[in-house]
Amino acid sequence: MIEGAAWRRWVFFRIPLAGFLIFLLFPFYWMIITTFRPDGELYRPWRAANYSPFWTWDPTLDHIKYLFNETVFTTWLWNTMLIATASTIISLICGVFAGYALSRLKFRFAGSLGSAIFITYLVPQTLLFIPLSEIIRAYKIGDTPWSLILTYPTFLIPFCTWLMMGYFKAIPKELEECARIDGASRLKAMLYIILPVAVPGILSAGIFAFTLSWNEFIYALVFLSSPEQKTVPVGVVSELIRGDVFFWGPLMAGALLGSIPVAIAYSFFVEHYVSGMTGSVKG
Amino acid sequence: MASVSIQEVHKQYDDFHAVKGVSLEIKDHEFIVLVGPSGCGKTTTLRMVAGLESISNGQILIGDTVVNDLPPMDRDIAMVFQNYALYPHMSVYDNMAFGLKMRKFDRTEIDKRVRDAADILGIRDHLHRKPRQLSGGQRQRVALGRAIVRHPQVFLFDEPLSNLDAKLRVQMRVELKKLHARLGTTAIYVTHDQVEAMTLGDRVVVMHEGLIQQVGEPLELYNLPANKYVAGFIGSPAMNFARTRIVAENGALHAVNEGMRIEVPEHLRAAVQPQVGQEIWLGIRPEDLHTANDSHSESVCFSATVDVAEQLGSEILLDVRCAGASMVASVEPTLKVRAGDTVKLAMNPRRLHFFDQKTEKALR
Repeated sequence: MIEGAAWRRWVFFRIPLAGFLIFLLFPFYWMIITTFRPDGELYRPWRAANYSPFWTWDPTLDHIKYLFNETVFTTWLWNTMLIATASTIISLICGVFAGYALSRLKFRFAGSLGSAIFITYLVPQTLLFIPLSEIIRAYKIGDTPWSLILTYPTFLIPFCTWLMMGYFKAIPKELEECARIDGASRLKAMLYIILPVAVPGILSAGIFAFTLSWNEFIYALVFLSSPEQKTVPVGVVSELIRGDVFFWGPLMAGALLGSIPVAIAYSFFVEHYVSGMTGSVKG
Repeated sequence: MASVSIQEVHKQYDDFHAVKGVSLEIKDHEFIVLVGPSGCGKTTTLRMVAGLESISNGQILIGDTVVNDLPPMDRDIAMVFQNYALYPHMSVYDNMAFGLKMRKFDRTEIDKRVRDAADILGIRDHLHRKPRQLSGGQRQRVALGRAIVRHPQVFLFDEPLSNLDAKLRVQMRVELKKLHARLGTTAIYVTHDQVEAMTLGDRVVVMHEGLIQQVGEPLELYNLPANKYVAGFIGSPAMNFARTRIVAENGALHAVNEGMRIEVPEHLRAAVQPQVGQEIWLGIRPEDLHTANDSHSESVCFSATVDVAEQLGSEILLDVRCAGASMVASVEPTLKVRAGDTVKLAMNPRRLHFFDQKTEKALR
């Protein structure tokens, strides 16, 4: 906190903070206002006398109705939810076990294996989708949810593993040693002591993984082709931009509705999520 | 309850030999303290007894069982850690009950044992709380409670009082002592604090650089240190050492350097005799140095310059300098002395120590 006179607090804290907030929240505001603005206002030239880009006196639900009636948006939502949830669960299970092993068990190459996993995370998806599409074709799972459920973990597992490794390292090893002296096997010590203590870390890894797969674009674009298989990010872009015509209203409505589930997930776990990020385990 | 036998135990890490052949017989009901500076191998030794570190060489027996290859859970021991290691997501009750649940005790027995332990430790009112809602002293009690509900063969303590503030530490020390008197369970206690070691231990093991330096009852270590290391480690302030040469004159032996000429007392003469002409260490504790008066023979006195006089109320600690060596003397609080003064000090000849220059072993 800034100490001293009131003007110092305003100049060095409140005004800059307000600036940042406006900067960060403006895209969301723009998304919301565009969703509810009638087409007549949206495509009005900026020189027009009644041009008011930041507000509308005439809100409408037309774009949302269009989204639900003229496109298969609910199917996209359902697809995205299914794919994100399934790939998150797979990645969390693998990530938690791998992170535990890499941070706690002493075995040869533990350190280099950890680094190798991290490096796989650094390979850009824009390169990886080319060999992956070969694999997808070979296993004939193109244009099905499986093509994404099974490929998203290629970047989610390294991510979860690294996050959980860091979190497990922050848990005092004495907790586990004490449990083992108390009569627990390594597996039981992990299940009854380490995992419950690591819940904030697991939740934040889960939320991040969920968000990453919810927003993923390039794999979804490449591996899915029929409209009823698509996810929200790809569906909205491919069905609501036709050539060089942008259906701004439905596009923004899709973006808004598509970001709501993630926002709900975040707000639901925000406390755990924050303590997971700061990695505090207090005995 | 059981005895513990540690036989020629080694711990070798990749590039570090942490424990270099430690042998120790711990009797049933005994409270034994391992003490030494950090890195001396005391904690590693304890962790090998616990089964948390593998044993590179040698063997450890608890009772009559060789435990080298037994996992911690099968050794029937309980351990109290420096950071308490309480399970943060469990209540105090569940923390204490965990070990019994893992061992499939029935509910009524668990309840009885937890409540008994809570009564002994005075934490009955906190059983439903979470560890983070407790003070440091209370957490320490829960950690103790978790150990005693198990009724194990051996208690292992790894610096359990180090995280407490000074006052609480003294209080918990007394309680630990009482607890041991009451339960009588064999205990191995690791600390770097020699006061803790002296007050708690039936016997104390001084360790240094992976080796046992001396094992003995507290007063034995204080009065008859086996070597210069133990002499300097036990006692506060530490023992003074002066480098002297042994000279034989008129049928008497003297330890001589530029600032002092001390007669070797009768009871040490035979041990020091072979060192005539050699340099050896003379050791004297601060509390065995007094300001000289007429009753002191000239042969135990020397002069020194005062660097600092520390007034403690009950005594004055004089930091003095004699022939280049600095020494500490604990003198009576009525003495009027200032920095720069020259004082004449007398040694108690009954309490002189001599140590071999090379082996640093005590000569007696």
